[in-house]
Amino acid sequence: MQISINNFTKTFDGTPVIDDMNLTIRDGEMLALLGPSGCGKSTTLFTISGIHRMDRGQLMFGDRDVSGLPSQKRNVGVVFQNYALYPHMNVFENIAFPLTVRKDNKADIDREVRAIAALTHISELLERRPGQLSGGQQQRVALARALVRKPDVLLLDEPLANLDAKLRLEMRSEIRRIQLETGITAVLVTHDQVEAMSMCDRIAIMKKGEIVQIDTPADMYSNPRTSFVAGFLGNPPISFLSGIAMENSFSVAPIKLRVPLGVHEGIADGTQLKLGVRPEHFGPEGDIAVEGKIAFAETQGRENLYDVALADGSVLRSIQPAGRNWALGEPVRWFIDSKSAFVFSNDGQRL
Amino acid sequence: MTRNFAAWPIILLLTVLSLPLFVMYLFLLVDTFSNTAPGSLLPNEFTLEHWRFLIDPTITGDVWKPTLTTFLFASSMMVIVVSVSATAGYALSRLALPFRRFVLSGIMVMHAFPSVTLIIGVFLVLQFAGLYNSLTGVILVKASLMLPFGIWIMKGFYDAVPWEIEMAGVQDGASRFTVWRRIILPQVKPGLLSLALFAFIDGWSEYMLPRILAPSSDFEVLSMYLNTVSDPNSSTYNFNIFKSVGLFYTLPVLALFVLFQNRLMNIFGGGTKG
Repeated sequence: MQISINNFTKTFDGTPVIDDMNLTIRDGEMLALLGPSGCGKSTTLFTISGIHRMDRGQLMFGDRDVSGLPSQKRNVGVVFQNYALYPHMNVFENIAFPLTVRKDNKADIDREVRAIAALTHISELLERRPGQLSGGQQQRVALARALVRKPDVLLLDEPLANLDAKLRLEMRSEIRRIQLETGITAVLVTHDQVEAMSMCDRIAIMKKGEIVQIDTPADMYSNPRTSFVAGFLGNPPISFLSGIAMENSFSVAPIKLRVPLGVHEGIADGTQLKLGVRPEHFGPEGDIAVEGKIAFAETQGRENLYDVALADGSVLRSIQPAGRNWALGEPVRWFIDSKSAFVFSNDGQRL
Repeated sequence: MTRNFAAWPIILLLTVLSLPLFVMYLFLLVDTFSNTAPGSLLPNEFTLEHWRFLIDPTITGDVWKPTLTTFLFASSMMVIVVSVSATAGYALSRLALPFRRFVLSGIMVMHAFPSVTLIIGVFLVLQFAGLYNSLTGVILVKASLMLPFGIWIMKGFYDAVPWEIEMAGVQDGASRFTVWRRIILPQVKPGLLSLALFAFIDGWSEYMLPRILAPSSDFEVLSMYLNTVSDPNSSTYNFNIFKSVGLFYTLPVLALFVLFQNRLMNIFGGGTKG
């Protein structure tokens, strides 16, 4: 079901948290709300669920205006960060709870619970108590409970934050699989860009209560609208150089670096600019030479990560396949791939 | 397992210190089943005659009626305290009530207030309500005097229940009341149980209030009954019978303590481990 949020405004104790936000989540899509803590992403999520009320604005589930409806009448499934399973009920009773509240008949409940348990791969755990489950299993139960009454939208609040690294990988693909199999519209809140990129159809990046950019993960990575977005996506993160415009080039005078601005010709000389270079676009191959020294090297197995300190103190990050390993302190003359670099104005807007 | 110190000196010290108490209780028990010659310390015959008051009402009057009254008194008080504390504690812990802080600090003050000082006011209220000299009146007063403690304890238990569980319940389509009854209440069950026990024991041992607020009524609780038995001016005065009645009076409390001591300790730990 398509969810739309129109002109949404929310303040807590006089502090504006969300200001005039508009967002549409398409039917069957999984959307990530991505941003640093305090950006309003959880507020948005809990507003959709009905736990928070809008101060102003409208929330539509399909054609239905649900802005004034309490949580109970919204038909929303929520997976909380700590799963919020009911500790005194076993797994079956946990999953069945939304149905028993609705007073479905016993046979239906049994069938529904078993079907959803099969989908989430917890059929053999139905007799257990939440306290006897691992984190990943609890997560599956929470998912099953949220999905069992076929909600209009599934909301996930940092669902992977409490899992260890290996389980996180497993649950990442599991949540996506279950979402695709049920075809449910889903919203995921996270501050982890890897989660957002790997699980979702589209990402909405938020900053200080505003949506900065909303796009598919691939488009957002290759075409960030601001330096904030560019800095948020990608691991290892992008590195920035400060410089000025000079004869249709981005220029850092002290190290005699000149990167042609290409399509962005006609910027007045002397304008302050920022150049964003992703680690994969800086290395032994490319077109603009930069000299520096390896200031930091980290082995990651298949790849190595380097920080290259330039003569003026700025740092460029690089990721290189393992093989030829550069040592700490080694002087290098590497190249920036100028066509893949992003040019930002000084206030962070992409040119 | 290694020990940093020997345990026996402590055990010895504790034994010596608690010996008088222990001996006292032992003699209480022994004396109810035996006769001792005058001047002698040790009993010389086994007898059940001191327990005859259980079946023979001519000795000290019928014991079962006061027992039943006491039971009724303690359980009604328990029901009131538990049901009011369970709901009020939830409201104070979770709902956005007007004057919440004021009510909370009020409860705190009431909890610390010596209840005897209220007795004149209570007397006036009961008189006005026409409940003076009635069992109902005493039950209501006793229960309300215990409520600050009960509400405060239950609020603590509710506070320990995570918010998310409650939100999950609401999100699953349940009303606030259903969430409270089916999800939150089971989480605070240890608290409810120990509060119920405390209330019952407190009611069981109450002497003052029935005495003051219902001095001339026709009901009698066990503590008052014990008082009549121990009256040295009465014709039925018998020290061993007094001891037997005392023991009989204590037994239910002892039994409850033995059965539920772990639960009772819970109230001070305040923990709710689901």
